[in-house]
Amino acid sequence: MPIPATVNGKPVTFQAEPDTPLLWALREELGLTGTKFGCGVAACGACTVHIDGQPVRSCQMPVEGVSGKAIRTIEGLKAADGTLHAVQQAWIAVQVPQCGYCQSGQIMAAVALIEAAGRPSDDQIDAAMTNLCRCGTYPRIREAILAATGQAAGVAASSAKEAV
Amino acid sequence: MGVKRRNFLIGSVALVGAGAFGISWSNSSALKAAKAATVKPGEGSLSVWFKIAADDKITIYSPHIDFGQGSQTALAQMLADELDADWAHVVVEQAPALPGFANDALVSGFMGEILGGPAAYIPDGLVKLAARAMPAQLTGGSSAIRFTGQLGFRTAGAGARAMLIEEAAARLGVPVSELTAAASKISHSKSDRSLRYGELAEAAAKRNPPADVPLKQAGSHNLIGKSVARLDIPAKVDGSALYGIDVALPNMRVATLTMAPVRGGKLVSLDDKPALAIKGVEKVIRLEDAVVVVASGYWQALKGLQALSPKWDDGGHAGLNSAGIFANQDKLRAANKPDETHGDGDVAAALAAPGAKRTKADYRLPFVHHATMEPFAIAAHHVAGKLDVWAGMQDPLSTRNLSAEAAGLDADHVTVHPLIIGGGFGRRFPQYSEVIAQTAKVAMQCPWPVKLIWSREEDVKHGAYRCISSAGLEGAVGSDGKISAFKMDFVQTADAEKEVPFFYDVAASQRRFFAFKTNQVDGYWRAVNANQIGFYVETFIDELAHLAGADPMGFRRQHLKPGSRHLKVLDEAAKQSGWGQPLPPGMGRGVAMVECFGTIVCEVVEASLREDGYPQVHKVTAVVDCGMVVDPRNANAQIMGGIVMGLSSGVGEEITLEGGAVVQTNFGDYPLIKLAEAPKQIAVHFLASDGEVGGLGEPGLPPATPALINALFAATGVRVRNLPIRDQAKPA
Repeated sequence: MPIPATVNGKPVTFQAEPDTPLLWALREELGLTGTKFGCGVAACGACTVHIDGQPVRSCQMPVEGVSGKAIRTIEGLKAADGTLHAVQQAWIAVQVPQCGYCQSGQIMAAVALIEAAGRPSDDQIDAAMTNLCRCGTYPRIREAILAATGQAAGVAASSAKEAV
Repeated sequence: MGVKRRNFLIGSVALVGAGAFGISWSNSSALKAAKAATVKPGEGSLSVWFKIAADDKITIYSPHIDFGQGSQTALAQMLADELDADWAHVVVEQAPALPGFANDALVSGFMGEILGGPAAYIPDGLVKLAARAMPAQLTGGSSAIRFTGQLGFRTAGAGARAMLIEEAAARLGVPVSELTAAASKISHSKSDRSLRYGELAEAAAKRNPPADVPLKQAGSHNLIGKSVARLDIPAKVDGSALYGIDVALPNMRVATLTMAPVRGGKLVSLDDKPALAIKGVEKVIRLEDAVVVVASGYWQALKGLQALSPKWDDGGHAGLNSAGIFANQDKLRAANKPDETHGDGDVAAALAAPGAKRTKADYRLPFVHHATMEPFAIAAHHVAGKLDVWAGMQDPLSTRNLSAEAAGLDADHVTVHPLIIGGGFGRRFPQYSEVIAQTAKVAMQCPWPVKLIWSREEDVKHGAYRCISSAGLEGAVGSDGKISAFKMDFVQTADAEKEVPFFYDVAASQRRFFAFKTNQVDGYWRAVNANQIGFYVETFIDELAHLAGADPMGFRRQHLKPGSRHLKVLDEAAKQSGWGQPLPPGMGRGVAMVECFGTIVCEVVEASLREDGYPQVHKVTAVVDCGMVVDPRNANAQIMGGIVMGLSSGVGEEITLEGGAVVQTNFGDYPLIKLAEAPKQIAVHFLASDGEVGGLGEPGLPPATPALINALFAATGVRVRNLPIRDQAKPA
């Protein structure tokens, strides 16, 4: 049975079988491959998207569960004119990504956190940012969230020191 | 440096025709194919490794794949710096997986390392043969900057710059000495005339290469030593970066698989009907040690797979378990027949000397998994004897050869489209990435393009783990408070002496290696043997320091040669970390220093125990001597990432075997460190150094765990000797 929803502001009708995880419907049916498969058990967060503004691990959300809901993916963060979201801009300014594979999910988690908390504290960042990153970009993720919310960076002493 | 550079330059031009900066493309078929794949009419191709278009755009072809280490940008910086290119118009592309793009600089570097001498003295013919035979498009061994960049790309840029100046001199009718190059332009200030690289390149490429070109000296660089925005990052923040798992082809099917639970086991029997009854499942393919389900999408393939009950044999490994492996390693050491012995002095006598204080300890390290965030995923399409493969692997050329072998095709009939990788850390070496052969075999049996995706469960259960290893250490401290004897017997799959130098100056030292194999694939796990050796040596040195009643930093200092790079790194680490300054109750400070891949890293960790007994690292200070730093910000990221991965593995990661099969299944029982658990402060300092250029992708990792263990001992008095640490440091 077709499942209506909106994805990044556009109405869509998912044709996937109802038990198909939203992750695979987004990737294989809509071709939105920015949302990544990492574990399939909601442990790593690489598949994080927003459903009605809430961060959700889409590998555990059957597509039938999003009927009538608004889904936002990494592809939907840019403004219509192509301007990057402030969090994406911070990610570039701080040069957060390494391999980049987890970063769509990290950015979606960070955007949801900032939309909910405004200027998140360190503790709020610790509690909300549970996505895995094997490259170890965590200190720069924290720095970018602080930078994106106008809070003094510097908790993570990640600025390069060229020579001592 | 002069001799090395000259030989490389001449060698490359003579050997590969184009080689380092091939002005005259040779007629070899490999180079013709390379040129056809990259160079368009009107473009100046001064080397196989880059081209200059008429509009001044410079395209650099990186033989190193991108998996987050930033070396594609750094290599471009090195080439563009020597070329005096306009950085705003430099782009990097992955070099095609063609033999003409075999990386001879890499081969030269590794051969130099293996043979223990400067790469320059290796006959060029040997380098060429090796580069073609390997074939060498490897990304690994922290080699991009120190080998490809230092031995290849800088020379390529400098050589091309000389050719462009010669061409400009001829056109302007002025001597070469009156010309200057900057920002992709050659200027003659006397006559106020200039020519753009784009105008000169096509003709300059026809000139003879210079016999030698000087490289820039420290202080005259315009890109080397500067932090630039990494070229790969924009596509990694908006979801547009294309990984192997993202490949979509018209009419493509998606496959997933399950492999024999016991490594070495084979498929015995299978009823494929339950899978074929699932909607969307199109095919079930039996491989020797795996069952593959091909379907309309991943979810359908997974459901099909879950409906099957394949029977496997255990390859005769059913008796293998982790505890038994450690017991057998202990027996191997006890049998006292080492495969290799290194060291100086009479250790037995020194250990028996009267008046010496002695101690001994055994250490154990489990298998650990790479756990790349992107599971294996390769797409392939077979049409009439030709196979196309879309893959992110640590060596695209080897991927081509292995695909061809599995498909039963000639390598010339296989095209590999190299893609970036969602994490490698050593898991994506083609020789043990079974997914390459699996995908090729599946594609040969399908009329559609097929993308094979491993589930995370298969990824965790069928890794190419860091080897299981153990060691017995024994040492003595003399009446002068210095180490009089240091003895290490270590058991693992490979010797480590060349990779991990023992740099302490001790009166008598003996390091013995005992070779031990299991049924597992021995993978290169980021920093490889330096992890085990660093752990053994740096925790035991700490134990000896406490035996001597000495401060661990000062004790190390006593055993490092005055004026050595190691001593400078250690002293800087003491200074930068505030070593010796008081800490709050419950906190401890620990130090460890490891040299690997040509780079020395000393780390100081400040840690305490959480309520659950697990360690919380608050701060890490790292001091690095890697010679020249190409991009400080990216170098920082590499060391920082190594520290985080080192702490993750040391604190909580463990793969165990039961009945020959891996017990762990996913991130639930193979936990990686999370943001909240990672240190909030990581300060990385690079020493100004004129030492040989070292690697950076790996050396940040090995000191992290021993430094943490030493910090926990300082905090709690509990010495952890078996990894992972978990809550072992909690006082009883």
